Amino acid sequence: MNRVIEVRGLRYRYPDGTQALDGIDFHLDAGECVALFGSNGSGKTTFVLHLNGLLEGEGSVEVCGLPVRRGALDQIRAKVGLVFQDSDEQLFMPTVLEDVAFGPANLGLDPAAAAGRALKMLEQVGMAGAIHKAPYHLSAGEKRRVAIAGVLAMQPEILVFDEPTTFLDPPGQRELAKLLAGLPQAKLLVTHDVEFARALASRAVFFDHGKVAGEGTVDEIIRRFDWVPRFRESESPDRR
Amino acid sequence: MHHVVVERWSRGASPLHARDARVKLGALVALLIAISTTPDRSQFAFAAYAAVVAAAMAASRLPLAGLVRRGALVLPFSATFALITWWSGEPTRALALAEKSFLSGLSALLLVATTPLTQLLAGLETLGAPRILILVVQFLYRYLFVISEQAQHMRLAAQSRHSAGAAQRRRFTASAGAIGVLFARSWERADGIYRAMLARGFSGRFAPSVRPHLHAADVVFLAAALVVCAGIRLAA
Repeated sequence: MNRVIEVRGLRYRYPDGTQALDGIDFHLDAGECVALFGSNGSGKTTFVLHLNGLLEGEGSVEVCGLPVRRGALDQIRAKVGLVFQDSDEQLFMPTVLEDVAFGPANLGLDPAAAAGRALKMLEQVGMAGAIHKAPYHLSAGEKRRVAIAGVLAMQPEILVFDEPTTFLDPPGQRELAKLLAGLPQAKLLVTHDVEFARALASRAVFFDHGKVAGEGTVDEIIRRFDWVPRFRESESPDRR
Repeated sequence: MHHVVVERWSRGASPLHARDARVKLGALVALLIAISTTPDRSQFAFAAYAAVVAAAMAASRLPLAGLVRRGALVLPFSATFALITWWSGEPTRALALAEKSFLSGLSALLLVATTPLTQLLAGLETLGAPRILILVVQFLYRYLFVISEQAQHMRLAAQSRHSAGAAQRRRFTASAGAIGVLFARSWERADGIYRAMLARGFSGRFAPSVRPHLHAADVVFLAAALVVCAGIRLAA
């Protein structure tokens, strides 16, 4: 299997002294979909920000054989598409079409080619009818689709989603899962949503205090770390 | 929100919208120079400039009342100076001051309302404006939306927890604190947006969404604007 991400001994400390990552080893193969689980503040988002060079820690991060370092960021960012948790942060251009064309234009495509590619991606995510709309007029589900189109338009080899189901209603979550299942790229899902991860991921990694605490199938990790929401006492493992 | 309306206007379709950003910039500069150098006593010239601006407004197919209302935003500032000038015994100069500022503001607004910002800045860049200046304007404009959105969220949150009878003084204190929080939150949001831009390959320059291209109609428009502005100015 062709390895597209290889991380060894990654450490990162925030300027306030918080040790966010403490020796992470991780890999992702081509076509694979992996879920990242872990408590809030366990380092998941910090970790994925290293994958396209938005943060720079100690250790080694390689994307498609390229070390992630300052001189290679253009190539790295063309290979790793990052879909942020809050779509509002990702949609900053005046219209949907311009926003999706932003990435291809940065890759050096001329305006017509960038717009053409953007339109194709918007058709793929079912948002071609919104090309002239302002992004802030869209619903949460529509914004998420446009954000994904913006990343797909850069034709990355790896897709990283940070809490993709946040703000989405159940039908929106189902549609998103269907959309992602049809994408051939390697995928990394940072999520608390176990059902979403079950539907898409073949492997899961559990983060705890900046370390990888466990790795296995999604169900193995859910059982091992008791990673399911329970809201009634009768659902507690002790009572069953 | 004014900037949202103007942004929408700028994406309209009219003979003025269709003109290249650079020729509109050239025409605006010519008009501003002509207006600002016209002698104060020349009311005929100001009427002629007003007719030119009115013709451009009609050609833009934008709501006239909305344009005039937004163009009048400069008046409270210029009217203050005009009043002081009036009281100091120079009514002609005071009137000209108000006329010059209103016509200049309206003309600049007309340019922004008929030209998408990306095209306007691309035009400025090809005309040799410093790249750092263009970048700052672009970020300022983007973050204007961010700040107004944050402000709206905070206003709703505050309204949901204010009783109708809340003391005015208490509201004022809360608003003062909210402004500080607004800027802190906007800064965080702006940081997130910048990070998202970097993740999609942004390297310090916005790529234009259209490649500027001059047509014969653009050249004719610029030539006509120069002739009209020069004509009025010389006749004044």
